[in-house]
Amino acid sequence: MSTGTAFGFTPGSVSGPQLEADPSGEPEVEYLPADTVVDLAALRAESGIDEVLAKLDEELVGLAPVKTRIAEIAALLLVDRTRAKFGITAPQPTLHMSFTGNPGTGKTTVAMRMADLLHRLGYLRRGHLVAVTRDDLVGEYVGHTAPKTKEVIKRAMGGVLFIDEAYYLYKVENERDYGGESIEILLQVMENNRDDLVVILAGYQDRMDTFFAANPGMQSRVAHHVTFPDYTVPELEQIGVLMTKDIGYTFSDEAHDVLKRYLERRVGQPWFANARSVRNAVERARLRQAKRLLETGDAKVDLKALTTIEAADLLASRVFDSAPDEVLTAEEYTVRG
Amino acid sequence: MRITQGTFSYLPDFTDEEITAQINYALSNDWPLSVEFTDDPHPRNTYWEMWGLPMFDLKDPAGVLLEVNACRKANPNAYVKLNAYDASLGRQTTALSFIVQRPADEPGFHVNRTEVRGRAIQYTTHSYATERPVGDRYGQG
Ligand SMILES: Nc1ncnc2c1ncn2[C@@H]1O[C@H](COP(=O)(O)OP(=O)(O)OP(=O)(O)O)[C@@H](O)[C@H]1O
Ligand SMILES: [Mg+2]
Repeated sequence: MSTGTAFGFTPGSVSGPQLEADPSGEPEVEYLPADTVVDLAALRAESGIDEVLAKLDEELVGLAPVKTRIAEIAALLLVDRTRAKFGITAPQPTLHMSFTGNPGTGKTTVAMRMADLLHRLGYLRRGHLVAVTRDDLVGEYVGHTAPKTKEVIKRAMGGVLFIDEAYYLYKVENERDYGGESIEILLQVMENNRDDLVVILAGYQDRMDTFFAANPGMQSRVAHHVTFPDYTVPELEQIGVLMTKDIGYTFSDEAHDVLKRYLERRVGQPWFANARSVRNAVERARLRQAKRLLETGDAKVDLKALTTIEAADLLASRVFDSAPDEVLTAEEYTVRG
Repeated sequence: MRITQGTFSYLPDFTDEEITAQINYALSNDWPLSVEFTDDPHPRNTYWEMWGLPMFDLKDPAGVLLEVNACRKANPNAYVKLNAYDASLGRQTTALSFIVQRPADEPGFHVNRTEVRGRAIQYTTHSYATERPVGDRYGQG
């Protein structure tokens, strides 16, 4: 079968709809006259874009470049809609993105948000996110890859297809690797089905660079290359406070100080994974808090005691051990942090 | 003779827009859809060829329409239908089924009357198209 596109669908005399919709019943669309002046500020307030952006700003710490890009996209949407009122229609802008950054910088988190956001901004029909990695796309034998990739693409239609660690799709050493087949299908869909789904690729910077260098087609179809910077210590601190709040805890004043010191030390140590390290630290402090509460003499607690993380809960961490140069294994970090 | 069967047999054929609306309805009910095709549209032929597997976990009609179009392209002279399954009863139940493509020329059926014992008559419907081999029944495939 000679296929022009990924799904073997080239509209032509022998495929596509048998019947065309009859336009005669449709009401004529009335466009604004060319000399109309439109109040963008009013349209903006009406669209609810500001609430969406404000919520994003409040719930995600830092990430300035990401937020800027989202604000730009939102603005483009508004302007596009306004242009359409005058009868100027441009094709749907390309929204495929690549998120690069170190572990735990929020790539997956933002991708989830992005699906919802683009839906609310009117770019996506559904706004769900289908998160996949190489294993979900690439098959194990000849003829296995195309159906697998198409299956995933169909599920993602109307939403975001998030390909984590996208560089694994392409294996330089092995030219017979099936990953290339998957990439080819993705390329066609990214081009032909721009209205149907947004593809977001994510991964670590250096490897993504290699990936794009080897797949120029992919590089050129991704309109938005967004770099996720490492978080600063104050940002990490804020993330820690947000996270604890989310799960119904607060830091005591001393514990807050200790958290800051903890983060200052932790940043320079091996296996540091930005916000994820904060999450792990919070989880371990929770464990220690629970143990502390059970082990106190009379074991009577009030709500405050149940929801407060004390300095001691953080100070027990390995990070505060006397020998800071000691190199720990990843496992020790996960267990003792 | 225009063959009709399925949920909307009493209606004229759907445009793609109308098909999309039906897919949307099925998806909103959590009914997975599947595409089937045949060049043997005898009313008793319940086993059409499957165009791939039923599509589970889809959220948007675009994915289904892609398969419909792929099937149309590969089988331009066949009947193509869309089925939607309702699994809420614990078994596969067809909730919706309708034709989304038909050959340009449909020769129809011939009725065979066989006189049997006691001059009773047995009727058989016979599709003219099936006189030709599979793949060659409704013009060049
Ligand atoms: N800006 C932020 N504000 C609040 N929490 C955040 C922020 N960024 C990340 N987090 C939290 O940090 C954790 C790790 O984030 P995420 O999984 O998105 O990182 P990632 O960049 O995908 O990492 P990896 O590259 O290892 O997959 C999550 O639990 C998330 O909730
Ligand atoms: Mg991730």
